[in-house]
Amino acid sequence: MISRLTASLSRIGAVALFLLQVLAACGPALLRPRLIVQQVYNTGARSLVIIMLCGLFVGMVLGLQGYDLLARFGSESALGVAATLGLLKELGPVVTALLFAGRAGTSLTSEIGLMRATDQLTAMQMMAVDPLQRVIAPRFLGGIIAMPLLAAVFNIIGIYGAQLVGVSLMGVDQGTFWSQMQGAVALHDVNEGIVKSAAFGVICSLLAVYEGYNAEPTAAGVGLATTRTVVASSVMTLVVDYMLTAAFLKV
Amino acid sequence: MTTQPTPSAATGQALVELRDVHYRVGSRALFSGVNVTVQRGSITAVMGPSGTGKTTLLRLITGQIAPSAGTVTVFGRDLATLRRADVFAMRKRMGMLFQNGALLTDLDVFENVAFPLREHTRLPETVLRTLVLMKLQAVGLRGAATLMPQQLSGGMARRVALARAIVMDPEILIYDEPFVGLDPISMGVVARLIRSLNDALGITSIVVSHDVQEVGAIADQSFIVADGTVIASGTSEQLQSSQQPAVQQFLQGAADGPVPFHYPAADYRTDLAAAGSAR
Repeated sequence: MISRLTASLSRIGAVALFLLQVLAACGPALLRPRLIVQQVYNTGARSLVIIMLCGLFVGMVLGLQGYDLLARFGSESALGVAATLGLLKELGPVVTALLFAGRAGTSLTSEIGLMRATDQLTAMQMMAVDPLQRVIAPRFLGGIIAMPLLAAVFNIIGIYGAQLVGVSLMGVDQGTFWSQMQGAVALHDVNEGIVKSAAFGVICSLLAVYEGYNAEPTAAGVGLATTRTVVASSVMTLVVDYMLTAAFLKV
Repeated sequence: MTTQPTPSAATGQALVELRDVHYRVGSRALFSGVNVTVQRGSITAVMGPSGTGKTTLLRLITGQIAPSAGTVTVFGRDLATLRRADVFAMRKRMGMLFQNGALLTDLDVFENVAFPLREHTRLPETVLRTLVLMKLQAVGLRGAATLMPQQLSGGMARRVALARAIVMDPEILIYDEPFVGLDPISMGVVARLIRSLNDALGITSIVVSHDVQEVGAIADQSFIVADGTVIASGTSEQLQSSQQPAVQQFLQGAADGPVPFHYPAADYRTDLAAAGSAR
């Protein structure tokens, strides 16, 4: 019990130290934007289809559940507001982060882990190239840039999904749906979602590159590291989500 | 880019020197007093049974790890006194060939060889292209420039890695087990490349291997590492005539000898009897 506690504490410390190293490497990496753009494509563009698909269905479910709940109070007209706030502040950032961990995080971890296992990272060091600058920092930054963008796409598709179900299927008036939304959703709601998704982007990207970089250089080690990425990213996303929500609501 | 010393004028000078090097992992001592000297312009072989830390020796020489005691001197400078930037500067004067090539899987053959140039120099594209194609021609793989690493055979991957290792014109070239897993033809090709590159470019080569025949044929001097120290050194002929049982066992590949065939275990009969009574 005690040893497990110290093990998890020391892991948190190791991740924090790794973050400092990566941040130090980010400066030089920023001078080579092409590498970062490449990673935004790798982690972002390649996750786009799954994000859009899930956004659509999450939005549609919100439309159904929201209508069912609001109809009990006779306030179906607030469906647009309910769905949009739910997506912007919670579901958009969180579900995107979970999907990102599963789609992009795992591929980052296994890619870097395999580079470690096949001596590619050591080879770079031997060529006097710092793998933290050349490999890790661009992937870390790429993930941070990609995540809020993906969350934004998720939100837009989700809102249209809610509209599809609420207006076309359940018969909420289209004008009310949009005008109520326009009246009740303020810019700070949007900002809250952006801050959250940026924070989740840091968490998911950091854990993915950390696990990959420190993976045991074997096939089994890379597999294990990939699993740890998904588990750790998902748990940390939800924990930090609660803390950020509490901070925004000033509880 | 570094200027090449003429091999004849510079030979006889120690380029890499390990003096009384100790290295321990945890409580286990991997090296206890290793002395190795590598002369400029020579091919030096480091041989030894598996698990004696030959690769660790390379990591000591390249400054990836520091010895627990003793000094490692490369290019006349003690590695312990170097800062990180100095170590990187030193590595630009070294090339290293990894066991499996360690090519970057997301780049094609051309870009793999061009990688060190792109990272460290600002050469115009035409010059860079000429340099890369020259190195690929030297290893006979100019025609494979557009292939991805996954499409290469083991021997080809190693030759591409060799082209990458020499693209910055290093003064020292280090080979980690260059013959493992190669068919006889590729083995001969790699061995001949090591010798010809060494002589043509005036490089100093360090070859870590346990392929006694292949390495013995090309090495100017060999060190046999076992039990944490150098148990024998000299030219191939000197080693062949060595009277030490451990050296003879290794060179002739005898199954039993100073390195026992059996992993330490309880007495065979007692073990079997115990298994019988347990039923």
